[in-house]
Amino acid sequence: MIDQSKIRNFCIIAHIDHGKSTLADRIIEKTGLLTSREMQEQILDNMDLERERGITIKAQAVRTVYQAQDGEEYIFNLIDTPGHVDFNYEVSRSLAACDGAVLVVDAAQGIEAQTLANVYLALDHDLDVFPVINKIDLPSADPERVVNEIEDVIGIEAQDAPRISAKNGINIEEVLEQIVTKIPAPTGDPDAPLQALIFDSVYDPYKGVIVFCRVREGRMSKGTTVKMMATGAVFEVVEVGYFGAGQFIPCEELSAGMVGYMTASIKNVRDTMVGDTITRMDHMAAEPLPGYKKVTPMVYCGLYPADGARYGDLREALEKLQLNDAALQYEPETSIALGFGFRCGFLGLLHLEIIQERLEREYNLDLVTTAPGVVYHIYKTDGTMIELTNPSNMPDPSEIEYMEEPYVSAEIMVTTEFIGAIMELCQERRGVYLGMEYMEESRAVLRYDLPLNEIIYDFFDALKSRSRGYASFDYEMKGYERSELVKLDILVNRDEVDALSFIVFAESAYERGRKMCEKLKEEIPRQLFDIPIQAAIGSKIIARETVKALRKDVLAKCYGGDITRKKKLLEKQKEGKKRMRMVGNVEIPQKAFMSVLKLDEK
Amino acid sequence: MKELGIYVHFPFCVKKCAYCDFLSGPAGAGTIRRYVQALQEEMALLAAQYGRLSVSSIFLGGGTPSILPVEWTAEVLEALRQFFQVQEDAEITIECNPGTVDKEKLKQYRQAGINRISYGLQSVHEQELQMLGRIHSMEQFVKCYQDARAAGFSNVNVDLMSALPGQTLTDWMDTLKQVTELQPPPEHISAYSLIIEPGTLFYEQYTGHEELLPDENTEREMYRWTARFLQEKGYRRYEISNYAKEGYESKHNNYYWTGVDYLGLGIGAASYLQGVRSKNTENLQFYIQNLELTGTTLADIRMEEHVLSEREQQEEYLFLGLRRMEGISTTAFAARFHVSYDTVYGQVTRRLLELGLLQQQGEWISLTDRGIDVSNVVLAEFLQEE
Repeated sequence: MIDQSKIRNFCIIAHIDHGKSTLADRIIEKTGLLTSREMQEQILDNMDLERERGITIKAQAVRTVYQAQDGEEYIFNLIDTPGHVDFNYEVSRSLAACDGAVLVVDAAQGIEAQTLANVYLALDHDLDVFPVINKIDLPSADPERVVNEIEDVIGIEAQDAPRISAKNGINIEEVLEQIVTKIPAPTGDPDAPLQALIFDSVYDPYKGVIVFCRVREGRMSKGTTVKMMATGAVFEVVEVGYFGAGQFIPCEELSAGMVGYMTASIKNVRDTMVGDTITRMDHMAAEPLPGYKKVTPMVYCGLYPADGARYGDLREALEKLQLNDAALQYEPETSIALGFGFRCGFLGLLHLEIIQERLEREYNLDLVTTAPGVVYHIYKTDGTMIELTNPSNMPDPSEIEYMEEPYVSAEIMVTTEFIGAIMELCQERRGVYLGMEYMEESRAVLRYDLPLNEIIYDFFDALKSRSRGYASFDYEMKGYERSELVKLDILVNRDEVDALSFIVFAESAYERGRKMCEKLKEEIPRQLFDIPIQAAIGSKIIARETVKALRKDVLAKCYGGDITRKKKLLEKQKEGKKRMRMVGNVEIPQKAFMSVLKLDEK
Repeated sequence: MKELGIYVHFPFCVKKCAYCDFLSGPAGAGTIRRYVQALQEEMALLAAQYGRLSVSSIFLGGGTPSILPVEWTAEVLEALRQFFQVQEDAEITIECNPGTVDKEKLKQYRQAGINRISYGLQSVHEQELQMLGRIHSMEQFVKCYQDARAAGFSNVNVDLMSALPGQTLTDWMDTLKQVTELQPPPEHISAYSLIIEPGTLFYEQYTGHEELLPDENTEREMYRWTARFLQEKGYRRYEISNYAKEGYESKHNNYYWTGVDYLGLGIGAASYLQGVRSKNTENLQFYIQNLELTGTTLADIRMEEHVLSEREQQEEYLFLGLRRMEGISTTAFAARFHVSYDTVYGQVTRRLLELGLLQQQGEWISLTDRGIDVSNVVLAEFLQEE
């Protein structure tokens, strides 16, 4: 029987780049489950992609054993949380699986927007939070200032916060001791009806879905018949276990207080939604654990195979990715310009990029992506409402009573010298100013409501460039608000290209249309005839550019010695054509379909 | 008699021109001497491998072959006659830079059997000649031209260059007019639009400063005017940039475009023999040193050798053949490849005909004027999918 008092379930929360993953590495190292040789640079981030981006995508957990100074052995369940706003819901479920959190704050940068957002989220889940000051080895480190900042701004005790360098392994021992002393042991009755919270899952081709869960009450073991309370799916447990570093280690039983996994030959990740509660048929819980929410995609775009013949491959790849990613949605769609493809829904732009890259990298697919858009609500004159995910499906304006677009509540933390610049940016993006609070003399938090549509593109980049990298940003969904929106169509060589249409705020339409035409003029290479590019709202043309006909493309000379080289030139030319889409008789480069994303680039 | 062209590359010149990306540069007499020797070794190797091949055209190109002492040029030709069977009526051309030949030298060329002179003039305007980095004046050219006539050359080509930086249509017209007013006028004119090639001084100067060059419209106007004007003067455009009086098309040039075999000697020279394309090393020292050693084989001095597949041969037949104004003959294609033209290229040809880029007259398919302007786009279409 597991002694609950010797278990610590916790997570590490931090602003991006404050050293969360490095500290996780050190904790795993110091608890000695693995030898140094086995240590990969960053154990928790085990997808290539994540490593490259320096962020964690899939929540994971690891169990280690710590010999504390009191002579006792403690089981640490370290649950990793994704570090991006796209995955806020997953973060909240991971937090719900913990009893406490280690807050990592950069000794030089101090508190950032995500620090605050994550702390509040942790406090909302009744976690005990204790701070750790990281990167004390930096020349610009000022741990005492940061300690005071934590106490003033967040209001948690920070004087005895360990001052560490996770990178150099300084004072990690102190963190481990505080995990034992400051994070409470789990509670819960092993004999009560089973309530286990699902905080993540992965698909394994042999075992089916591997469900990551935190047992709150009760117990389960091999053979237990369990039910997912939200989805209603019923399974017989095949295996339970806990997380070694990078591997699954089966055990007899998972009981109240434990963090681990279960498998039950589950074929579809959709049956085990993150946030759902597992209970057992023979000892059913009266209620599920709180907080379950069905995740809905925020951003949609069309994904098409560059080579139409690979439509089937794309479908298969999406099917496989979806096994692991319940938030990914897709359905077939047809574009006149791009042929057969899929309209896909994502949690946010990062999620979109990750899926896109995985499709290209892991499934070797060459993709054409259309500009991402948000979900609009269209209230029609006949009293019905439709959720619009594809601009092409926008009804005729005469059938529309009014439209709504999604808004987010954003918190932007910025040093005072950039407040003006950032307010201007938010204004340009149709932000509604809510207020500003000074955290200390030199820093403030700006609060805005912003249309999601305005931030899914390059808002983050703009924010960084206008604050020389000093602003940080966090947001959550607020809801829908009425808005004046129009569909902007793009005509290439007088033909409407459906894949280039987008929805835009009415007042911005002229400018966007003009920029879009300019951008497409740059992107579309000259061809054998003049190509007019027009932006239109309904039948009204609002902007126009022309790609002039190719005047000249001729090799003046070609003799014996040149033939091989000249042929290579022609081959390159032909190869280039393959990366184009024929729309009517115009060749459009694949990346042109993403042009709308780059309209604000200076 | 079977046709075969021989190209001999002389990678030497007085001074590199600003637009030139050919394999050439100044060199000392010692190096040139060793190179002439090495050429003869290469001939011996070729003869050993292929026997004494019958040759219908010889082209001494460069660089500036005319900077060699005339005895050495004669020596090379003699060696060619020794290792190959040079046909009685073979076309034998030497490229000359005005300023590097005189009446005496030209006479000796004639005696050595050379029957065609190709002068690199480029422009009649002193200021343009200077900008191009040419070593000669217009006056020198006129002198050399008359000397060639006096020496008995009845087949002379003049190379000219249009679309030069700062050049106007009038400037170019003037160049063409003056050249066609020479007495007697040249039998052959090559008129090239300037191409800015990587690795040249012009590339450094004009990349990113394209506004200093004539724009595309001006360039095309120059090109079209050239064809019209030279036609009035009795020249026929027989390839994109080549014009000749009746009976004076360069045999040698035509070999490249019609798929006749040719052998390239010297560094960087390419050969196309019996379906194999090869190219010699571009390293002068490597070439010389290897050929000074005994036991060297042809493979040792080649940097690439490629057996052309049937598909590649068809592609080349098309993209080279269409450079000629006459175009390609579907009958000849079928005879050469034992497959009907329509089977291989019917579809793409119909599309390009529809677009007005190709024209067809009986068995002959050729580029239209618009097709010439964008010939790369057209020719690329004839590359087949793997």
